[in-house]
Amino acid sequence: MSARAVPGGEGVPLVDLPADPPADALRTGAGRDDLYARLKEYEGRVAGAGGVGKDLVNEPMIRHWCEAMGDTNPAYTGPDAIAPPTMLQAWTMGGLSGHGGRSAAYLDLLGMLDDAGYTSVVATDCEQEYLRPLRPGDRITFDAMIESVSERKTTRLGTGYFVTTRMDVRAGGEPAGTHRFRILKYAPADRERAPASRGRAPTDRERVPAGQERSAAPPPRRPRPVVNWDNAGFWEGVSRHRLLIQRCAGCGTLRFPWLPGCNACGCLEWDTVEATGEGTVHSYVVMHHPPFPAFDPPYAVGLVELAEGVRMISNVVGVPYDRVRIGMPVRLEFERVDEELELPVFRVTGVTGVTGRNGG
Amino acid sequence: MTVGAGPPRAGDTLPPLEIAITRTLVVAGAIASRDYQDVHHDAEAARRKGSPDVFMNILTTNGLVGRYITDHFGPAAVLRKVVIRLGAPNHPGDTMVLSGVVEDVRGDTATVRVLGTNGLGNHVTGTVTLTVPPSSSPEQSPSPAQSWEGTVPRS
Repeated sequence: MSARAVPGGEGVPLVDLPADPPADALRTGAGRDDLYARLKEYEGRVAGAGGVGKDLVNEPMIRHWCEAMGDTNPAYTGPDAIAPPTMLQAWTMGGLSGHGGRSAAYLDLLGMLDDAGYTSVVATDCEQEYLRPLRPGDRITFDAMIESVSERKTTRLGTGYFVTTRMDVRAGGEPAGTHRFRILKYAPADRERAPASRGRAPTDRERVPAGQERSAAPPPRRPRPVVNWDNAGFWEGVSRHRLLIQRCAGCGTLRFPWLPGCNACGCLEWDTVEATGEGTVHSYVVMHHPPFPAFDPPYAVGLVELAEGVRMISNVVGVPYDRVRIGMPVRLEFERVDEELELPVFRVTGVTGVTGRNGG
Repeated sequence: MTVGAGPPRAGDTLPPLEIAITRTLVVAGAIASRDYQDVHHDAEAARRKGSPDVFMNILTTNGLVGRYITDHFGPAAVLRKVVIRLGAPNHPGDTMVLSGVVEDVRGDTATVRVLGTNGLGNHVTGTVTLTVPPSSSPEQSPSPAQSWEGTVPRS
């Protein structure tokens, strides 16, 4: 089933709702995003026009709101009462009987996302600007437009598109405020792999370790390296558990990562030197967000200086992510990620490093 | 508490406000905001849709953020802009702690950064812009801060 949000209209679920998996082509598509191009065409189109608030601004609804919020502000009571400004959206809500005020364009946009598998919805942002206070007796009217559609984004909840709508609210025909609302229409990540935590993004501690998935769905795989003419030798070395550094045949300068020519002298001729595998952590960051499929943050990404003098980015393993320190000695090893991918990583061989300010 | 400390200054910290997320608050907030989506009042329906329980709607969060600011700055303070981003949902049984820091003051306009955390993490982060007329320094307001404990439906 699909739960459709009504930005600027009804409230929107904060958690992900059940959805079918997205079309495979979209999940794995690495090239141009045709869906995004089609969604983009809806920017600037009307999301809902000519809306009329079901009730005039009135004291009972203000009082009910204040009771619910525990808001005792005297500005909201008495003969000169104003409505709490944050009620702006409430005056536009359809209530139990609904509005039916969404435009064909907006329904098309949501339908297109549903059809592509992005059936879940989460409200992410609400931005309200208040131009004048609302008082009992004010008649509310409103129009909304589709302001923007983001490129496809991967978030902790899943992959999808952010859709931003903007509503202009008037009181007695005069501008009274604007209400910008952003939702994420997405295909949930990890739903099948973490059934115990349905309904919200699993925390890192709750993630089911690889190999223990309950579902038949294959676990996400690490991205494949892009192997080309210029770096094929490197990956050929990795396949033989050798970390190869390029050496300029002209001036002898070592270089890493692999490049077609020498940065020092421009020479295009080269041979290779096998790294001893010894190195130290030159710098590092800890990756917390966003989580990419097949990665399980937080994890440390190190800039490792090899004994030969070149530096290389890789994972630092063998200590918790928050124990990685600049200066730590590390040694190369090869980690098998899946049946067809092995990667060079660096295992900490001692704990003599210092705390670095530019880490983390 | 810093209430009554005069006009806002950049760097001022607002006293935190603890809000018990009760089922009553979630439902009362949803209905008061005219939001009848079942996930905000029907726990069974919420579970069928993948949530462990009902959860607070965004309009209630927005209202609570507004209340937090005007509680502190007094009834003459005027909300100009409320910008919020939601994170972890507010489920019954949890507690949300709102905190705020005055980020900037220009004339009588102040911006306040607001954070609301719950047991799952950050429920809401946001920025509120308000004007505080000079004549209305919090001293002369009836200091609603005195009755801040807990939360919700106070009758």
